[in-house]
Amino acid sequence: MSGDKLLSVEHLTMQFGGLKAVNDVSFAASASAITAIIGPNGAGKTTVFNCLTGFYHPTHGRIALKSQHGTIELQNLRKHQVSARAKVARTFQNIRLFAGMTVLENLIVAQHNRLQRASLFSFAGLFGLPAYRKAEKDAVERARFWLDRVGLTSWADAQAGSLPYGQQRKLEIIRALCTEPVLLCLDEPAAGLNGSETAELARFLRELRDEHGLAILLIEHDMGMVMGISDHIVVLDYGRKIADAAPAVIKEDPAVIRAYLGEPEAA
Amino acid sequence: MLTKASRTTFLVPLRDGVLAGLVALVLAFPIVGLPTSETAHGLVLRPRIPEAIAFAVAVFLGRFALGVAEAGKPRPILLIALLVAIAAPFASAAPEFGAALAIGGLFVALRSALLAFPGVAGRISGGIRVPPVAIKRAPLVLLLLLVVLPLTPVIDRRLLDIAVLVLTYVMLGWGLNITVGLAGLLDLGYVAFFAIGAYAYALLSLTAGLSFWGALPIAGLCAAAAGLIVGGPILRLRGDYFAIVTLGFGEIVRLVAINWSSLTGGSQGIAQIPRISFFGLADFTATPDPGRRAFHELFGISFDPAHRQIFIFYVILALALAVNAFIARSRKLPLGRAWEALREDEIAAQSLGLNLQRIRLSAYAIAAAWGGFAGAFFAVRQGFISPESFSFLESAVILAIVVLGGVGSQLGVVLAAIVMIGVPELVRQLAEYRMLAFGVAMVAIMVWRPSGLISRREPSIRLGDAT
Repeated sequence: MSGDKLLSVEHLTMQFGGLKAVNDVSFAASASAITAIIGPNGAGKTTVFNCLTGFYHPTHGRIALKSQHGTIELQNLRKHQVSARAKVARTFQNIRLFAGMTVLENLIVAQHNRLQRASLFSFAGLFGLPAYRKAEKDAVERARFWLDRVGLTSWADAQAGSLPYGQQRKLEIIRALCTEPVLLCLDEPAAGLNGSETAELARFLRELRDEHGLAILLIEHDMGMVMGISDHIVVLDYGRKIADAAPAVIKEDPAVIRAYLGEPEAA
Repeated sequence: MLTKASRTTFLVPLRDGVLAGLVALVLAFPIVGLPTSETAHGLVLRPRIPEAIAFAVAVFLGRFALGVAEAGKPRPILLIALLVAIAAPFASAAPEFGAALAIGGLFVALRSALLAFPGVAGRISGGIRVPPVAIKRAPLVLLLLLVVLPLTPVIDRRLLDIAVLVLTYVMLGWGLNITVGLAGLLDLGYVAFFAIGAYAYALLSLTAGLSFWGALPIAGLCAAAAGLIVGGPILRLRGDYFAIVTLGFGEIVRLVAINWSSLTGGSQGIAQIPRISFFGLADFTATPDPGRRAFHELFGISFDPAHRQIFIFYVILALALAVNAFIARSRKLPLGRAWEALREDEIAAQSLGLNLQRIRLSAYAIAAAWGGFAGAFFAVRQGFISPESFSFLESAVILAIVVLGGVGSQLGVVLAAIVMIGVPELVRQLAEYRMLAFGVAMVAIMVWRPSGLISRREPSIRLGDAT
């Protein structure tokens, strides 16, 4: 954890009426690292994600992402710009696929902006010019690469909504990856997965970190998985940050234990 | 004493029948029982109480028979219902009543036949599966038929007229399918763009002297511009709210056409709109204006008034095919996929970098442009337009064609347009029952094919394709 923080969140506050769902939270995430955000239900984890990805505009605070073109302030971007400009991709707690479209189409849509440029905003595409055809071929190859990685290739032409639950989770993650993100935000990716699927997911996330140098931000309730793969854990409770350290330290942190288990009986 | 079996076989249907009969009586009393008629002394009420009661009794009998059939005695009911259906037209003194009785009898007979022979019922209600090959080949066969249609001797002027009308609705249905089917936006005011295109051509040709071919692109552009202007602010709205605003927009355009008399001629409309020419080269007249050529002279054939009509037919066929080709192509483009993605899940789509506003606006404006083209064609074909042609009912009919055909399905739209426009035109005698047939078709579709006649979605790309 050197000074090369890819993402730094500073004094983030999100207020809904009288409720501060996120209250003065600061943390950082590095490239080639998995940062987990944990906390009891209602701690504000998903709200942090929504602020990061343009779905909410924070009341206060700054979310800075380093990119080749200097620092981008995410809090000023609109939803679609977060992916298009800042290269931040996300998945959702309740899977959001394009259920009526095929698996491959889901992955092609994720590459919309690149393809739209290649098709010269549809004009070249309408007449099937070679430059566009090549771009589309590349897009399919990128999709195939990720399909192969997670073993979904045989499902490529199936309707996304018809996939088993575990496969839908995988598809949502690789769809986010098809946008070629620098930061991947996963909102409870292991929810609803069985033991072996969770282990497979953990392995996949580690590979993404190690081989692709991706920064991963992870909300997760499965503590076994969080402790196993995270480089760094941020703990939220009632919208406030109560701990921020390596997994081994978090396990022993009295504030974290209190947040999860409550006050110990007077002894 | 009644046994338990006969209670459920007869008493329950009896109760249902009485209830249905009472409801029918309440409805029939004002509608059937109290008709007014125009006389020299003004409007006079001529009560038809016995007829109203007869309708209620018929409804009671029908419901009772259905109930008994459902309770396990379909075969005798089938027999009786068939006899009623056959006898009714001869026996009854009032022809309307006889017709109603016959239709009711047929319905009961059909239902009890399905119950009596469940094997058949299963095969039918299991979905009349159109084999994929048929769907694949159908467009080509249809197209060939259409191309040679005007040249075959079976076609007369009336049939050709109907074909042109159906094709106009097919084109409108396809155009609307871009917003409703692909982008998932419920547009209840599509006729507004049709109207804008029609008025654009009428005014351009009358004031600026533009020919149809010169005015056509401008009419489309006008409609697209209207789509952009209206769509900009309203595409922020979600689902139902969007639908209501488009409904309002449709009405606004019609009201502007009525009230801006100096430009649009008000409710009188615009007449004497210049007719179509053969690509500007020749006119379809027996005696061309000085300096112009006539079509039959150009080709050295004898004059026939049908020439223009046949040409009109090919023009609308070409326009409709252009829409179809555009949709087929754009579905495979990033833009088309983005439309569908936003329809499926707008939140996920935006998280992937899709600009909701811009993509939806493009769908709305492009559909508007096609509507404008269709409008210009309508104006040149009719030679006369008035706000009456652009009422909300038209939007509803176009939307019904899209929904009945199967949202997003091209072939479905064709079938639905034939059923909804072509068939009623063919059997003009039954024009009064058009709305009834409309309702029956809608209910039937809702019950048996809730996602439209053809609901198969062809993937826009397959993994094998690119290799």
